[in-house]
Amino acid sequence: MTISPDASKELHVFKPMPDLPAPLESVGIIGWLKGNLFSSKINSLLTFAALLFLWKAVPPLISWTIIDATWSLSSTPDPTPKTGACWTFIFVKFRVLMVGLYPQELLWRPILAFVIFGVVCVLTALRRLQTRLLIALWFFLPLPLFFLINGGIGLEIVEQSLWGGLMLSTGLAAIGIIMSIPLGILLALGRRSNMVIVKSLCIGIIESIRGVPLITILFMASVMLPIFLPRGMNINNLLRVQIGIILFSSAYIAEVVRGGLQAISQGQIEAAASIGLKNWTITYFIVLPQALRHVIPSLIGRCVALFKDTSLVIIVGLLDFLGMIKASAQDPEWLGYDAEAYVFCALIYWIICFSMSQYGKSIEHRNQWS
Amino acid sequence: MNQQNIPIIEITNLNKWFDNFHVLKNINMTVHKGEIIVICGPSGSGKSTLIRCINRIEEHQKGKIIVAGTELTGKMKNIASVRKEVGMVFQDFDLFPHLTVLENLTLAPAWILKMPRKKAEETAMALLKRVQIHDQAFKMPGQLSGGQQQRVAIARALCMNPKIMLFDEPTSALDPEMVKEVLDVIRQLAHDGMTMICVTHEMGFAKQVANRILFMDQGEIVEENNPETFFTSPKYDRTQKFLSQII
Ligand SMILES: Nc1ncnc2c1ncn2[C@@H]1O[C@H](COP(=O)(O)OP(=O)(O)OP(=O)(O)O)[C@@H](O)[C@H]1O
Ligand SMILES: [Mg+2]
Repeated sequence: MTISPDASKELHVFKPMPDLPAPLESVGIIGWLKGNLFSSKINSLLTFAALLFLWKAVPPLISWTIIDATWSLSSTPDPTPKTGACWTFIFVKFRVLMVGLYPQELLWRPILAFVIFGVVCVLTALRRLQTRLLIALWFFLPLPLFFLINGGIGLEIVEQSLWGGLMLSTGLAAIGIIMSIPLGILLALGRRSNMVIVKSLCIGIIESIRGVPLITILFMASVMLPIFLPRGMNINNLLRVQIGIILFSSAYIAEVVRGGLQAISQGQIEAAASIGLKNWTITYFIVLPQALRHVIPSLIGRCVALFKDTSLVIIVGLLDFLGMIKASAQDPEWLGYDAEAYVFCALIYWIICFSMSQYGKSIEHRNQWS
Repeated sequence: MNQQNIPIIEITNLNKWFDNFHVLKNINMTVHKGEIIVICGPSGSGKSTLIRCINRIEEHQKGKIIVAGTELTGKMKNIASVRKEVGMVFQDFDLFPHLTVLENLTLAPAWILKMPRKKAEETAMALLKRVQIHDQAFKMPGQLSGGQQQRVAIARALCMNPKIMLFDEPTSALDPEMVKEVLDVIRQLAHDGMTMICVTHEMGFAKQVANRILFMDQGEIVEENNPETFFTSPKYDRTQKFLSQII
């Protein structure tokens, strides 16, 4: 049967009904308030309690941090008694907080390193680069930055005992993350290997590291490793600590990656085998890319955790960002500025960690195939 | 049809166990070049396991399987050379979801045959044209319908230029209106002279294209016949009962 336009019987024409606006109380601000803040008696009560708390807490906080605060750039403490924060303290201590005791006249080197690092971070966040290029860039990055800060090849050497502050925290965390992701992947693959020896070895490494707090590992790396090393072989303290951090993080990343590996169906592996791909090609092209995409949120979570964990290096005598904050707060010339010190510390940690998790969220959204 | 007499798959006294479960019992079968074999039988009878032994996605414990002149043993070299000759299509397509349609097809030729990228892409496009889906080459598999995905899977199985194709219920996971487009592609392959073993319950299709139909139950080949005899006068009561249930 065909329907021709000149059929004798006239067809009814379907006219869609116009869209009507939704009732006011279900949309807009009122709708949102009703739905989210006052949806039940308990919810309304909680809303009022929260408002009361904010009303009591926020104005004093604002006046302490901003309105009553001292912002002067002088280099000595303000003798007048204060009601607000004295940010002068942070300005004065800013250099040590950022780079530790790094020599003043060579300051351009960490600044340049910081700028390069920042540019790479921004490039990563903007996602302008191909994934492959980005990975290569991050792998390559630590090398030039290390030489820039450490010296060598024509640059004056700066002793590592002078390094500190946020530079040290970021460095330890960044190298920790960059090195522990591939190591963690290898451990996770080893744990699923058919070879019993490899498998047991990986399980042994992963589980013994995970069974111990990071503090212990740092302590062992710093104090006990030298005892086990052959005579004459001398690794400096910073490197030992860095190795400890990498090992610790690898074990956790291995477990995260293992979760992703388990999510890959046997069918994928069989399909890959059936077109003639061999074991390592299957792992590299089929299993790993999918597994890693599954675990990006937890991987980012691990990175954030690792960044915060680096603050523990203070127990083996390294003055990272938190260490410098603490040391500054105890400066006899600047006593009584603990609050400023720790508020600033929290703010910096929060900015960095929050940015990392936002980045994680953004790639999580992008990675839905289909 | 003199090539009908060249055996390309020879299976003798094949036995396989999953732990203590005897899943394949003394299977003997020979497939000749250009033949189209349909395997049917109730769920759990070992159909999938049998064809998965042919490209050693499953390992057998006893008996002999020779595919295109190579015996399947533990030797990686033999397995690799058999897999080069055998393509396989799965019930759930199993396309690689993180790769584009085109990349699904070029991966193996590029890495196993070391084919230059451009040549691999040309070959892949030609295959996609053959299954009539070349206009979707740059999409992700998840963006395609089931029928389209299965056609891509067929093209992927063809990407190493195999002599034999294995199909494991290629239309079972599809919505009814997509079954035809996939069967049409398989029909076309049959017409082009591909040697095929197809596990399916599409009996109309079996009647049309199969040279022989095997009926399996509880790990054995119960009955083996040409389609006409198979459907009109089966030898065994078990076959008859099965046929009466699915037709
Ligand atoms: N990896 C395995 N381990 C243990 N038992 C298995 C495994 N794979 C299959 N089996 C069992 O072997 C038997 C045959 O399985 P097979 O998948 O070959 O059946 P089939 O004929 O293809 O059935 P279907 O029509 O449901 O696909 C079934 O009883 C199944 O439970
Ligand atoms: Mg099956």
